[in-house]
Amino acid sequence: MQGYKIWVFALALFLIGGALFLYKWLELGYPLLPEEETSIWTVEATIQFDAGEKSMPVKATLHIPGLTPGFAILDENFVSRGFGFTTRYVAGGRQVQWAIRRAKGPQTLYYRAVVYKDPTQFENDTTPLFPPFPVLGEPLDTALQQLVAQVRDQSADPASFTVELLKRLEDSGGDQNIGLLLAGESDPTARARAAVTVLAAAQIPARLMRGISLVDRERQSRVVPWLEVHDGDRWLYFDPATGAQGLPEKFLTWWRGEESLYTLDGGGETEIRFSVQRNEADPVLVAERRAQTVQSRIADFSLFSLPIQAQAVYAVLLMIPLGALVVVILRNIVGITTFGTFMPVLVALAFRETQVLAGVILFSLVVSIGLLFRFFMENLRLLLVPRLASVLIIVVMLMALISIVANQLGLDMGLSVGLFPMVILTMTIERMSIVWEERGPAEAIQQGVGSLIVAAICFSVMDINLLKHLFFVFPELLLWVLAICLLLGRYSGYRLLELVRFKSLAALMR
Amino acid sequence: MLALIRKLQANGVLGLNERNCEYIMRYNPRRLYPLVDDKLSTKRLAMAAGLPVPELYGVISSHREVRELPKMVAAHRDFVVKPAQGSGGDGILVVSARVKERNVYRLVDGSILDEDDIEHHLSNIISGQYSLGGHRDVALVEYCVKFDSTFSEHAFRGVPDIRVIVFRGYPVLSMVRLPTRRSHGKANLHQGAVGAGLDLATGRTTHGVIGNSPVTEHPDTGAAIAGLQLPQWSYLLEFSARCYDLAGLGYLGVDIVLDRDKGPMLLELNARPGLNIQIANRCGLRSRLALVERQTAGAPVEERVAYAMHTLAAAAPALN
Repeated sequence: MQGYKIWVFALALFLIGGALFLYKWLELGYPLLPEEETSIWTVEATIQFDAGEKSMPVKATLHIPGLTPGFAILDENFVSRGFGFTTRYVAGGRQVQWAIRRAKGPQTLYYRAVVYKDPTQFENDTTPLFPPFPVLGEPLDTALQQLVAQVRDQSADPASFTVELLKRLEDSGGDQNIGLLLAGESDPTARARAAVTVLAAAQIPARLMRGISLVDRERQSRVVPWLEVHDGDRWLYFDPATGAQGLPEKFLTWWRGEESLYTLDGGGETEIRFSVQRNEADPVLVAERRAQTVQSRIADFSLFSLPIQAQAVYAVLLMIPLGALVVVILRNIVGITTFGTFMPVLVALAFRETQVLAGVILFSLVVSIGLLFRFFMENLRLLLVPRLASVLIIVVMLMALISIVANQLGLDMGLSVGLFPMVILTMTIERMSIVWEERGPAEAIQQGVGSLIVAAICFSVMDINLLKHLFFVFPELLLWVLAICLLLGRYSGYRLLELVRFKSLAALMR
Repeated sequence: MLALIRKLQANGVLGLNERNCEYIMRYNPRRLYPLVDDKLSTKRLAMAAGLPVPELYGVISSHREVRELPKMVAAHRDFVVKPAQGSGGDGILVVSARVKERNVYRLVDGSILDEDDIEHHLSNIISGQYSLGGHRDVALVEYCVKFDSTFSEHAFRGVPDIRVIVFRGYPVLSMVRLPTRRSHGKANLHQGAVGAGLDLATGRTTHGVIGNSPVTEHPDTGAAIAGLQLPQWSYLLEFSARCYDLAGLGYLGVDIVLDRDKGPMLLELNARPGLNIQIANRCGLRSRLALVERQTAGAPVEERVAYAMHTLAAAAPALN
């Protein structure tokens, strides 16, 4: 009964911890490894125009990214002095509208978006309707029908149809039909436009899409046309310039359809520029922002919401349960005896600053000199508490002395001796001296060395970078540690050192 | 190593984790611990139940009372000072003689303490130096047990004691602990005393162990360890079985001393008795515990002792 309850409880902890962990990792994209870095791009669109000499109302619209396959928007802002702005959804995607009652002279409007790569972003558009047959009038209708018939003969499905079509549009030299459709223009935008028309005639939904390449430190990014074709199942992407299928790796979709990028009412000469800047961002930060945008409460309960000093404290504190787990394993499974249950964990914390070798040397130095004083004090016949206080004072003085001497000798490691938990050291000295007197030096030294070994093992586990990162980013993993501790609490098998102890007994048994 | 584990399992050898998990936590309610962790309350319980204990000369419970010691022991040549809540024999002083005029004390291991020394030791006890959690403690001053001639060849400068594991009122395994030079006359296995297994049916010693290794002779006296017959064996088992009714702890270690003049006396009870008794008997505990678990509770003492001497001793005989 007892055993069954513990398993259910431990399993529940495992599942809760695991579910939170998986959600944060897979859904919110918290990084699993410490060295991961996420690239983010700051894309800025700048509209500059002259509002003229006289104060007059101005209204400007600009298409802005909405559905962006392969990328997600982390943050966006609209900078425009004196203008009011609204965003709305229009046929071509999203649009921002700036408006002002009175404006004169040169004006600048900014739209700035911070985007990051997100492979989980795809177009979740509904399946589009079959497009109506384009009505263009003769002789274009005939040319269209002929072209569709020719291309259909040499293709199998919407994808191959599109590829074949784009090939013919590119190599327009001999074909009169294509010459008619392109009407003398041959840039990729015109070709994409023509392709949309032909695809509509072939009952394949398609649309023109425009975006920019995310190239680092690009002051003047150009708008690149792209072709989107729906194969009845999902959207496919084609480069109208080359006919290649797929999206470039760093392509940010800006808007779709025939509409122009911007409109301006009441201004003159207009210029629009795109600039792109790439940065490395802490992936945790990206995940946090993302959790906020999907309105997950997880980010509110994250350690990253704490002030930075508090974060530093918790980065250490969160490793203590792990040290405690190591102690549990070493005591209950291996069977090492130590002075004080969790003393090794606290000493291990001090090792973080001193490193193991220096830490062991400093610890042994302080404890052995402290023990000498303790034995000397035994002759003075002090009462227990004043004696403990005296040992504590001596420990503090010893630590200061070691630091000063080490500093004189130019040894950095000596300075960090101040981080040792001095009360713990004092109690260790006291307990060690009692064991020394009652059980003999051998056992005292054995327990002292045992404590140090446990501390060193604790430290080496608590110092693993991956674990430090995991426990800070995914504190719910502590539930796993708790579950393991609960299960170990019911471990009734032999301890390893017990096997050594019973070895001679086993030899005498059948 | 797996073979070793399997062999120990097959022989029913109990490990610390299993002892704690399956027996102590299940059969020893925590609220009863103070009864056995405090030797003073154990002594009172035993006296109330009519079990003989070493006579209490006095209790020193404050630093002021430390000076009362000479008056307390004025009528006695030898005595023992021990912390009421000490563990593992720590903090026990056995005074074998003293010079009254100068208040100088001679310990059983031959060392000499003056008045200051012994007062310091008493104040350490009171401050809690030897108690389990470092709590304040009291010092007991009591009768020093006289060496029984049974052990004249088998003990070095101390008084042996008998440890019986009593499970749900049934004695299941027992040994006698013989002091050595290394244990400074103390009957404590951790400090180097010899543990000698006892045949539950007869009360005769079987094998010896020092630390974890088997021995056949006492290291100081050279006497053979096997074959020593304890007197009044069934009475000793009855004595230990009655301690169960005293404390109510299901898994109990009972420590008994044999006094030359006063016979068996209860020394202390232990709620977490050690496992080396298995090495001394060359016998695992588990099969005997399992047999006792099948017995219904509430059997009279005589029945329990008879069951131990006949069924338990035969069911899992000590291996030779």
